[in-house]
Amino acid sequence: MREISYRDAINEALQEEMKRDERVILLGEDISHYGGPRRVTWGLVESFGEDRVRDTPISENTIIGTGLGAAITGMRPLVEISYIDFALLAMDQIGNQVAKLSYMTGGQTKVPLVIRTQGGAGGGTAAQHSQSLEMLFVHIPGLKVVIPATPYDAKGLIKMAIRDDSPVVFIEHKLLYSTKGMVPEEEYLIPFGKAAIRRSGSDITMVTYSAMLSEVMAAADVLHQKEIEAEVLDLRTLIPLDIDGVLASVKKTGRLLIIHEASLVGGMGAEIAAQVQEQAFDYLDAPVIRLGAVPIPIPYSESLERLVFPNKGKIVTASRALIVA
Amino acid sequence: MSLVDEEEKQRSVLAPEFYRKMLAVRLFEQRAIELYTRGEIRGVIHPYIGEEAVAVGACAVLNNDDYVVSTHRGHGHCIAKGASLDRMMAELLGRSNGYCRGKGGSMHLATFEVGMLGAIGIVAAGIPIAVGAGLSVKLRKTRQVVICFFGDGAVNQGAFHEGLNMAAVWNLPVVFLCENNFYAISTHVSRVSAVTEVARRSCAYDIPGKRVDGNSVWAVYEAVQEAVARARHGHGPSLIEALTYRHEGHYKGDPGHYRPPEELKKWQRKDPIKKLRKELLAKNWLEPKALEELEQEVAQDVQRAVEFARKSPYPAEEELTSDIFGGDHRK
Ligand SMILES: Cc1ncc(C[n+]2csc(CCOP(=O)(O)OP(=O)(O)O)c2C)c(N)n1
Ligand SMILES: [Mg+2]
Repeated sequence: MREISYRDAINEALQEEMKRDERVILLGEDISHYGGPRRVTWGLVESFGEDRVRDTPISENTIIGTGLGAAITGMRPLVEISYIDFALLAMDQIGNQVAKLSYMTGGQTKVPLVIRTQGGAGGGTAAQHSQSLEMLFVHIPGLKVVIPATPYDAKGLIKMAIRDDSPVVFIEHKLLYSTKGMVPEEEYLIPFGKAAIRRSGSDITMVTYSAMLSEVMAAADVLHQKEIEAEVLDLRTLIPLDIDGVLASVKKTGRLLIIHEASLVGGMGAEIAAQVQEQAFDYLDAPVIRLGAVPIPIPYSESLERLVFPNKGKIVTASRALIVA
Repeated sequence: MSLVDEEEKQRSVLAPEFYRKMLAVRLFEQRAIELYTRGEIRGVIHPYIGEEAVAVGACAVLNNDDYVVSTHRGHGHCIAKGASLDRMMAELLGRSNGYCRGKGGSMHLATFEVGMLGAIGIVAAGIPIAVGAGLSVKLRKTRQVVICFFGDGAVNQGAFHEGLNMAAVWNLPVVFLCENNFYAISTHVSRVSAVTEVARRSCAYDIPGKRVDGNSVWAVYEAVQEAVARARHGHGPSLIEALTYRHEGHYKGDPGHYRPPEELKKWQRKDPIKKLRKELLAKNWLEPKALEELEQEVAQDVQRAVEFARKSPYPAEEELTSDIFGGDHRK
């Protein structure tokens, strides 16, 4: 084990997978010699050449479509959309083509395509470069949605995504790239659909994912000092969703708080709350609470942006309300 | 008077104002970079330094009620179209009396009061919007004109093709102005465009296409004059490609290692502002003393903008949820 960054963890995984399987190719804007806008693909062109690490024109819909065409004819492409906001330009290919091809064709083809992208607010990047749009992909059947919070998970999950025969939308967070964590030197894969228990507790279940994890962990520390023990689940993948893991925890604690950076309306919290009340209503000691972004375009000014998202303070307040309820 | 003399005379009248505007863009950008480095401006800024002649030459042709659609590199277009430096700087500092009340920032600056419909953070997204503005002008019969700025990187989006085709087939009053600075972030135009001369793409839509020296404010001004006249008289859209170069990185903080240093030096020698300054003095269009005064005035304007911005309040909490659906009424 050694400590490396989230960025380097993904970079290492790409190195390993490209070495392992020459069908793996990368497509994206400025990904070769520039190393990608977030420097995640740094050095790969030196190892694998411009044929396999390919700079594209700024043509998001066609980048995804090209990935799809290559995926159904023998390659295993990994395409980069440098901001999740730009995936909106590619929604025909993602939503109508990539997600549906296997099913529509009665299983004649698989779509081993990974769409790597990056979302979340990052300090003043404003309305078109700060969004958390994971639910768009969650809502379209046929896509797996992976959203790692730690370097360890980022590496194990991107390797899994590349080897998976389904289309995977892999969502990184711009504030996580420089965060560090322990990552083994030996190879490992992380299966989809298994939440990580980041902290055990018996008083309240907190479900979260991606960069919000650090706020949730900080809030759990505060609660611990007040003798409230939170169990923190990091979903890691939204599709497939580890609902069994969530249910097991809720059956233990009787209280559920779901926290995400994406807009509260129609968010993952709504989906999980619905599933939990369907399957474990009798175990709940209080109504489920969700925390998400205020449903507005992300404002630029610091004075407004800081009001938009859940944070440690809001999580502590909501948790105490749940305990009292 | 000969035609050449006539032109020189006209230029002598225009030149000081062009110089003032170009310098305003330059100094504004330099201050913005400084404030960004100090943490007073957050997020991302894309400096326009080196490309000032394009915005200023083009917007000089327009009336106040004509429209401009801009890009992520939009400060220069705003200034050239006549926006207030004070309110622009306030926006960059996230203050409530910025043009967008602090909600947009650098990448979404819009100054509707002078017809600047928006700096747009999505590459090529402004093209269809400009086409729509052109359609509106045509239907309202107002004889306004739209200039749509975009970079060399934008021409490989479907929106470029779709927009130019629609503008051509509907004969809309839009001037498509490509600022070809040879790079889209790190990617040289030759690596991603099958036809590197953007102006040549005009033949696909059967509209005029012209490549000009984007570091010559005169070359830009004249080409845009012709295209705007066409548009205003109902003869439809044109495509102009202005060759230019950004002196800074793609964004402030970009290491920029993808460009050969000699290339940057070559273009710095062709600095559009230095070029015009030299011409002003050589042709005696401005006395050295008057020029110096003008330069001081511009520097003061920018300084005043910074002071105005710093004194301005941040948006209050109530602003968070105003203007979401655009139906809010504000007097
Ligand atoms: C749809 C979309 N894709 C990618 C980006 C990221 N991006 C921002 S600016 C830029 C390069 C644009 O190059 P060009 O159009 O030549 O304009 P320049 O920056 O040179 O002025 C890219 C790729 C974006 N903002 N929008
Ligand atoms: Mg460019």
